Amino acid sequence: MNNNKVIHVEGLTKMFGDFAAVDAITFDVKKGEIFGFLGANGAGKTTAMKMLIGISSPTSGKASVAGFDVITQAEDIKKNIGYMSQKFALYDDLTVKENITFFGGIYGLSRKHIKEKSAVLIEELGLENVANKLVGSLPLGWKQKLSFSVSLLHDPKIVFLDEPTGGVDPITRRQFWEMIYKAANQGTTVFVTTHYMDEAEYCDRVSIMVNGKIEALDTPKRLKEQFKAADMNDVFLKLARG
Amino acid sequence: MKRFIGFIKKEFYHIFRDRRSLFILFGMPVAQILLFGFAITNEINNVDIAILDHSKDATTKEIINKIAASKYFSINQFIEKESDIEVVFKKGKVKAVLNFEKDFSKNLIKENHANIQVITDATDPNTANTISNYVNAILQNYLKEQNKSLTAAYQIVPKTRMVYNPELKSVYMFVPGVMTIILMLVSAMMTSISITREKELGTMEILLVSPLKPIQVIIGKVFPYIFLSIINAIVIIVLSIFIFKMPVQGSLFLLGMESVLFIITALALGILISTISATQQTAMMISLMGLMLPVILLSGFIFPITSMPLPLQVISHIIPAKWFIIIIKAIMLKGVGLQYIWKETLILLGMAVFFIALSVKKYKIRLE
Amino acid sequence: MKTILYIIQKEFKQIFRNKGMLPIIFALPLLQLVILSNAATFDVKNIKFGYIDHDYTSTSRALIEKFNASTYFNVLTDFPSEKSASQAMLNGEVDVILEIPSSFERNFSKEKQGSLGVTINAIDGAAAGVENVYVSQIIQRFNKDLKVEVSRYGKMQNLPIQITTIPSFWYNQTLNYKTFMVPGILVLLVTMITLFLSGMNIVREKEIGTLEQINVTPIKKSQFIIGKLFPFWVVGMALLTVGLILAKLIFDVPILGSLGLLYAYTSIYILVVLGMGLFISNFTDTQQQAMFISWFFVVIFILMSGLFTSIDSMPKWAQLLTEFNPVKYFVEVIRMVMLKGSGFMDILPQLLKTLLYAILMNGLAVWSYKKTT
Repeated sequence: MNNNKVIHVEGLTKMFGDFAAVDAITFDVKKGEIFGFLGANGAGKTTAMKMLIGISSPTSGKASVAGFDVITQAEDIKKNIGYMSQKFALYDDLTVKENITFFGGIYGLSRKHIKEKSAVLIEELGLENVANKLVGSLPLGWKQKLSFSVSLLHDPKIVFLDEPTGGVDPITRRQFWEMIYKAANQGTTVFVTTHYMDEAEYCDRVSIMVNGKIEALDTPKRLKEQFKAADMNDVFLKLARG
Repeated sequence: MKRFIGFIKKEFYHIFRDRRSLFILFGMPVAQILLFGFAITNEINNVDIAILDHSKDATTKEIINKIAASKYFSINQFIEKESDIEVVFKKGKVKAVLNFEKDFSKNLIKENHANIQVITDATDPNTANTISNYVNAILQNYLKEQNKSLTAAYQIVPKTRMVYNPELKSVYMFVPGVMTIILMLVSAMMTSISITREKELGTMEILLVSPLKPIQVIIGKVFPYIFLSIINAIVIIVLSIFIFKMPVQGSLFLLGMESVLFIITALALGILISTISATQQTAMMISLMGLMLPVILLSGFIFPITSMPLPLQVISHIIPAKWFIIIIKAIMLKGVGLQYIWKETLILLGMAVFFIALSVKKYKIRLE
Repeated sequence: MKTILYIIQKEFKQIFRNKGMLPIIFALPLLQLVILSNAATFDVKNIKFGYIDHDYTSTSRALIEKFNASTYFNVLTDFPSEKSASQAMLNGEVDVILEIPSSFERNFSKEKQGSLGVTINAIDGAAAGVENVYVSQIIQRFNKDLKVEVSRYGKMQNLPIQITTIPSFWYNQTLNYKTFMVPGILVLLVTMITLFLSGMNIVREKEIGTLEQINVTPIKKSQFIIGKLFPFWVVGMALLTVGLILAKLIFDVPILGSLGLLYAYTSIYILVVLGMGLFISNFTDTQQQAMFISWFFVVIFILMSGLFTSIDSMPKWAQLLTEFNPVKYFVEVIRMVMLKGSGFMDILPQLLKTLLYAILMNGLAVWSYKKTT
């Protein structure tokens, strides 16, 4: 019994009519690792992720996250995970502080706890000057970092990030990945989807989805060896060409 | 030019792919027309009334039978005492109580005169008034029969002709109104939402930065809705004619042209609304709250404008719907040609031009 | 429990921060209540009246004077011919035409019948009916006066019998139409605002992605829904309150019954509307769709609610349909309680039906809201 596996997926499938968006994928994610879930747009990454975070029910197959079954124990999963959506879903018409307070409260943190975390978070992100400004007025990069921090508010075991660096400049992307490293170092497992192949280099292990199936799963180093590629982008191109 | 056509095509796709909205856009008018035609009416039918008969003699029975036989009334119950009146009214079971005085027949014989008190629940004054009038009319009829033997001299007999709508069908009154409201709301609302949606999603700026001129963007956005509204108008007219036998005394072509004019006016209004709305929510709220109630209440659709206080009559002049309703009624029911409605047509045209000019100006400002 | 409070707090903050929406939610509807209640009347006044007098006698002139003196009619012109009068009616300049034939006075004094021609524009059938009544009343009264004069000279023998109907208008002596319409319009406003706001609000979160974010949290369905809808319940009750105050201050609408009863009923009614909004939002993806569908139902509900036209006049099948219309019950209750002073037992049937509706609607809505699809 591997209690090192925080995510266990077996033959997970999602059909939309006749179309298999996710086609019997199987993989595991170990505790504390940064797991990159790669693939082109439309390959099925987001669909797969939605099943793991409990907002989409699988057509067939099974999976467990943090020890809970995704089909029968979806609500328990949610207590133990954090999520950052593609749209950096924060409320534009609430201030930074109000967003933090809101999500903290939803996760059941006590007032005291929220206050403490809030102060720490704002300081770490350097948002002191805008703490009481509406999130809608923040530049994209700040929203992104805030969204990530909010997803970690309740100290979840696993955090799922869906295309977290979309539309953000390279420097901010780098800074963001530093935040991810920090979280992973503290024991949080990070499950991140992206279509930026260069970000694959930052992950411990990477899987590449093509047309709903996982066509490759290994560390970036071994994948480059396997496909005799110079970088992950190359790996992907070789894979896509079939 | 090709770009422009491409743009219009995209707009059409947007609309026709949104099945739910499409269903509403076409289903709504049909449902409304059917409802209005069949269910909603100003006429009174089978109104529940109660009888308080203190005399209970042959004459009162005769009168009561006459009233029961009329299609306007339905006798719900007989009450025995005055205090019961309040009870039945409070329960809302009857709208009127006919109170026959004591010794009814005797009074008629002795003094040639008797009284019936028509007590109505006047919370709805219109119905109350109508009930009073109808009861009176039934009574007058009864009296005429009774007094037939007597001399008919010194009697003024008005011969009344009801023109344009001899059967007093309320459908004739409502259909033009419903058509106007649907066209107005759907055109104005749809357009305002569609344009504001692009603003909200941020794609509007992409459009404005494209080689398309602002006026092309606006026309492109609005064009599919002109098309949809025209279809709506046709459906409504066809339904009115075939299901409700509404006449089209005048020229169908003229009707069509005026409808197109009105649709354009409504769409222009929609564009104007979109210039002052930042979010879809705002646009919808303004269209609904700022347009719907005023249009329903001030356009002469249900309530006659001439009966309103003067300031409201003045305000009704700036509501395009009011002019269009006059035009439709004139064409369909009176059968007149352009020479009788040129004034109203000109006003509509003026409004359309005004709204469009204002919108273009506002858009230009935004770009600078 | 605390979770619900967090959501409620957020919702209120968002509502009050939305500077554009606040006036629309409150100011606009109330403005409409005030202005438009003045418009709603079925009174027929200022009837455009014209006449053609072929007789030119003192009798005919006296008759015309009667119309002049009446407050219902605006005597516009006398027309030289039937043709010019018809033209005027086509033009919309006149709605009632009285044609007095050339031997009117002579016929009357020769113990014959006198006839008159009355032409009425009947496009608005109801108004035409009323206009006809007014015309008949004036003519009858005129006739009676003439007969009385004649009978003074003892020319008439057997007097016809007379039955007088004495109208008595309860709860609204002056037949003030506003008294009738204002509560109804208030119902309309409360319904529309709460329905649109609640429906669109949830769909908005869908559109911007925060709904998904919330679905990933361990928050329970019921907590989320209650937290979301509660603020709009408050908005609805606030609207009712302000509306009632305006109704009393500006229109002097009587409030004969218990306010507490009215508020109690409204609190349940608003739940029905909110449930509908939620239900609609569960099946739509964009605010546009939610709006259209809400609008579709609102218009039908309002037209079939007895607000503008009486339900009794509808055909039986339509009346049956109105049983499923919650707005109908609210309209009935508000009029009964405010204008007639009806009590708890009197509105019990409506109250029970609305309660049932609230439970059903909200049950359906909550059940159809899925955190996991």
